[in-house]
Amino acid sequence: MAERALLRSPQAWAAVALLGLLGLVPLYAQVFEQPFYITLFARILIFAIAALGLHLILGYGAMVSFGHALYIGIGAYAVGILSYHGVTSGWAHLFAGLVVGAVAATIVGWVCLRTSGMAFIMITLAFAQMFYFLAVSLKLYGGDDGLTIAARSDFGWVNLANNTVFYYVIFTVLVLLLLAVRRVVESRFGMVLRGCKSNERRMQALGFSTVRYKLVAYVISALVCVIAGILLANLTKFASPSFMQWQASGDLIVMIVLGGMGTLIGPVAGAAALLLLEEVLSGWTQHWMVILGPLIVVIVITSNRGIFGVLAALGAARSTKRAAGHAGVRAR
Amino acid sequence: MTLSLFLTQALNGLQLGILLFLLAAGLTLVFGIMNFVNLAHGSLYMMGAYFAAAVFNATNSFVLAGIVAVPATMLLGMIIERVALIRLYQRDHLDQVLATFGLILFFNELVRIIWGPASVYMNAPEALSGTIMLLGFGYPSYRFAIIAAGLSVGAGLYWLIHKTRVGMLIRAGATKPEMVAALGVNISLLNTLVFGLGAGLAGFAGWMAGPILSVQSGMGEPILILTLVVIVTGGIGSIRGAFYGAMIVGIVDTIGRAFLPTLLREIIERSLAQAAGPAIASILIYLLMAVVLAVKPQGLFPVKHG
Repeated sequence: MAERALLRSPQAWAAVALLGLLGLVPLYAQVFEQPFYITLFARILIFAIAALGLHLILGYGAMVSFGHALYIGIGAYAVGILSYHGVTSGWAHLFAGLVVGAVAATIVGWVCLRTSGMAFIMITLAFAQMFYFLAVSLKLYGGDDGLTIAARSDFGWVNLANNTVFYYVIFTVLVLLLLAVRRVVESRFGMVLRGCKSNERRMQALGFSTVRYKLVAYVISALVCVIAGILLANLTKFASPSFMQWQASGDLIVMIVLGGMGTLIGPVAGAAALLLLEEVLSGWTQHWMVILGPLIVVIVITSNRGIFGVLAALGAARSTKRAAGHAGVRAR
Repeated sequence: MTLSLFLTQALNGLQLGILLFLLAAGLTLVFGIMNFVNLAHGSLYMMGAYFAAAVFNATNSFVLAGIVAVPATMLLGMIIERVALIRLYQRDHLDQVLATFGLILFFNELVRIIWGPASVYMNAPEALSGTIMLLGFGYPSYRFAIIAAGLSVGAGLYWLIHKTRVGMLIRAGATKPEMVAALGVNISLLNTLVFGLGAGLAGFAGWMAGPILSVQSGMGEPILILTLVVIVTGGIGSIRGAFYGAMIVGIVDTIGRAFLPTLLREIIERSLAQAAGPAIASILIYLLMAVVLAVKPQGLFPVKHG
């Protein structure tokens, strides 16, 4: 029943349509002879993955992390540093990134979760900055200038050197993560997490060790960002401290809010909207940030539901109308 | 490592601490009374520095630069508050962070349009360009002036908040804004004034920092993040916490950068120390913050709410 209602909602249709459009990008690139589209949209998908990861704690757990670019950086440097030392195996990159990411996220998350609200935002930002400076001071690995990566990760028979193949790998990862996040959110674990969002004290009174749940959610969301970082380093063939700059963390939050908080597909829509907007604005003027900045302010002030939040509201209005209609028929 | 070198670095740390305190005080005041987080506080500092540099380059007068820059930054802060931020007081922190993030992008680009991408320079006033001899070593008198000016502003702030009627209203507003409003105080005007005060302090810090740092787009964010570390370490909302936090962060950061690499070389192998020293020195204050939070999540000087 719920499944059928979901299929009827405008939100679900828009989500399917969005993913369908994104899945066909290599085709447009072929038709319009613009290979640049593949790179642009690969970037969009990668940031969609990162935003999806952050959204797990921001949208469902109300933990506003202003430092998730840090984990993108860890993923990117896992590829960069291992490649620098001659390890080209993609599985090794993945393993190293996830292990280092998990350790870092556990420690950082444990300290950050001792606070909440405003302090949490400030500390996550500070920790990201700490890792940024750490990367800058690694003179062996390029320091400020970053680290060039000779070739994309080697995943055996899947040849990432081919842009179209690489695009579909990213697309598949995104779709799998979307399904995984949906399962997590609807599981018992996800219910506890959402419970913490609406009333943490009550969850504690029910006997849940809320900090433990939040920490696990924090680590999962960090690992999703690590995966995004690994993909980003492969796309740009570059690992740079700028990946973990505070602006990058801010951009992730903007994407989530733009797409719609608390909706599964919102981060994907938000990533596409923000990066395409940047693309268009930077085509107009080199000073595009002077337009984007106030635009963000206006969006925040006027609406905080985002693209998919509006669609969800539309769907809800329609279904209550239908329910009211049914009730009317029955009354007659 | 000689004593005079150590003292020089300690004074440098104190001077950085003073600048951090000027920023942290404004930020923590705004947070304490309005429960509002203003990430664009660093942008106000940057605008203060640019205003000062522009006036200085036009008139060649350091004092005039300050007379214009501080009120101008204050006014700019109050305009931003009235136009945009006032609509966000009732929203959650996420919206506040996001909107002020947008403001940062705007101001960073705006100064690039007006003053160009290159750094703008301003000099210390002629009278303060020398050095002062102290215990047998020279220290730039301008940096002494920063320390002195910052300490007097801090003392003035203490007097304003603890001894005057406005200060009493600010303190009352931080605890029970509805009650203060019910007693007939125009709380929205008070908010704007506090915001202006914070912006003025940021502008003052920008003016002071102008001659020792290069005035450029994006100069506000590194110091903003340090300021956030100060506030979290000291305890959010507490001026006293901001003061001690700023001193600790300023001195630990400066001393760590100056001496940790040499110190490490004594303990571990030279090549390893060469690589690890600067890395550890640059993250020292963040480690300090992590330790403080692990022990005292509310910060060193938490605000006691009645």
